[in-house]
Amino acid sequence: MRPSKRESTRRKANRTGSKGTNKKMRPAAKEVADEYVDAGAKLLELSLPPAWRDSVIGNLQTTLRLAASFADFPLPDESEPAPVFVP
Amino acid sequence: MEIDWAQAHEISASVSSGGITATAAIEAALSRIASRDNTLNSFAAVLRERSLAKARALDAARAQSKPLGPLAGVPFAVKNLFDIAGLATVAGSKINRDHAPATADATLIARLESAGAILVGALNMGEYAYDFTGENVHYGACRNPHDLARMSGGSSSGSGASIAGGLVPLALGSDTNGSIRVPASFCGIFGLKPTYGRLSRGGTFPFVTSLDHVGPFARSVHDLALAYDAMQGPDPRDPVCVDRPVKKTVPLLDRGTDGLRIAVAGGYFQKGAYPEAQTALRRVAQALDANAEIDIPHAQAARAAAYVITASEAGALHLDRLRERAADFDPAVRDRLIAGAMIPAPLVVKAQKFRRWYREQMLALFSNVDAIIAPATPCAAPRIGQETFVFDGAELPLRPNIGVYTQPISFIGLPVVAAPVPLTPLPIGVQIIAAPWCEDVAMRVAYALEQMGVAGARRPEPANQPDKERGLGNQSTGRSCRSARSIRALRAGVRKQ
Repeated sequence: MRPSKRESTRRKANRTGSKGTNKKMRPAAKEVADEYVDAGAKLLELSLPPAWRDSVIGNLQTTLRLAASFADFPLPDESEPAPVFVP
Repeated sequence: MEIDWAQAHEISASVSSGGITATAAIEAALSRIASRDNTLNSFAAVLRERSLAKARALDAARAQSKPLGPLAGVPFAVKNLFDIAGLATVAGSKINRDHAPATADATLIARLESAGAILVGALNMGEYAYDFTGENVHYGACRNPHDLARMSGGSSSGSGASIAGGLVPLALGSDTNGSIRVPASFCGIFGLKPTYGRLSRGGTFPFVTSLDHVGPFARSVHDLALAYDAMQGPDPRDPVCVDRPVKKTVPLLDRGTDGLRIAVAGGYFQKGAYPEAQTALRRVAQALDANAEIDIPHAQAARAAAYVITASEAGALHLDRLRERAADFDPAVRDRLIAGAMIPAPLVVKAQKFRRWYREQMLALFSNVDAIIAPATPCAAPRIGQETFVFDGAELPLRPNIGVYTQPISFIGLPVVAAPVPLTPLPIGVQIIAAPWCEDVAMRVAYALEQMGVAGARRPEPANQPDKERGLGNQSTGRSCRSARSIRALRAGVRKQ
């Protein structure tokens, strides 16, 4: 039986280290980051006075910009995160 | 032996042989702290009664010919994220002052005291360890003993300043992204960040459990090794602390570097380095005859992944405090923590997966080399209050970027000795990086550099010594870490000429 298209993509990723997509993470646009931080503050029940808001948004954008350097790094689905829990 | 600049092993030898009493050694340390720390601002609490009681007990033990330990009578101090029985563990914050006093000492304090050392106090630090500068909005800036107008570095700011200023010969700090190596570099002293999991974090206030390390500071490699050897061993209080056999390093120090393959980290680790950082690296490489340059792949991505894990775990750790007492944080720390709490989970998981992949690449590199040398900081100590600096042609915020060369290394927990190169007017450190569990290799290399006179903790010039009569002492014009404004002023001056 031939493997499904998804399965053959996954196997290829395991061989090549590619995750089989070329979609790149782009830094968030300013208005997207603004809306995300406002919504996130509500969700996490954090107060966000106007005097702090721009600094928080700036910090998040810096983090996301840096994260773009590894977010699309090709790793197979089976790769393990670094921490290992030992029961 | 001059007691005011004596090293830990010298004090211990003298106390053990009856040259001085432990009480005299502790009284001298307390006197130095009282007279000099009003300008350095390195101590958060001084344990006068406790330390003198311990010293008298040690002197009584000597009178009875009992064994005293390899650190007999050595005064030491700890970053104030280590629990000290009877004190709240403040961790550089205002909020934790309201915590109940710790009921027991941190594991490493107990181990050093078992070896005869005597705790004399708690040291200032950046709030909740989220800092590279040594500035603290609640307690003021910790000052660099080589130039009081300059940063000590952080977040183990008091650890760096108290050792370089000669207040104590031994201190403990923590390092998540560079917080031992940065103050060691700026203050011109030795620091050891051991392998992740090697030394117990039991009884310490956390920052980022995935990346938190603890380790010693000293003015010599011998002292670093003595302290490290006394602190090794498993600890049920810290689930990350490994159960590996103790590997004593003091007996290995004088093996030299023969047979060690030492390479210089190139690419990312030299990009943006200021002239002083390049000079220090070159001197060390020449002394070690390290001609090979090695490329550490994807170091930029490793640094970014460490940045994401740090912000995310720290944001989660402090979430309740951010909800209830946000106004009581240092604003610069608070805004980073709030942003960190909002980082999308897929990025954090990817960062942890990348961490394992990167570890495998680095372990492969260590099949060809035994030690890698790299700058510890891009520049020597910046001025207190400086907020930006020019790095690789771009003006960047100083606070999060001092650790560009340290973060990719602690990200995968490699052991590092930060070795000070005593340039003038300001010292600067070089990282000696070894494979996991090979602290002995990094310390052998550092010891060889110290013996050759290439690395060493230079005593601050008398003109720079803290002195309440003179206020801030030296206002050096040292050409270190420059802001864009100062570079523009320099260029304008050149044009006018």
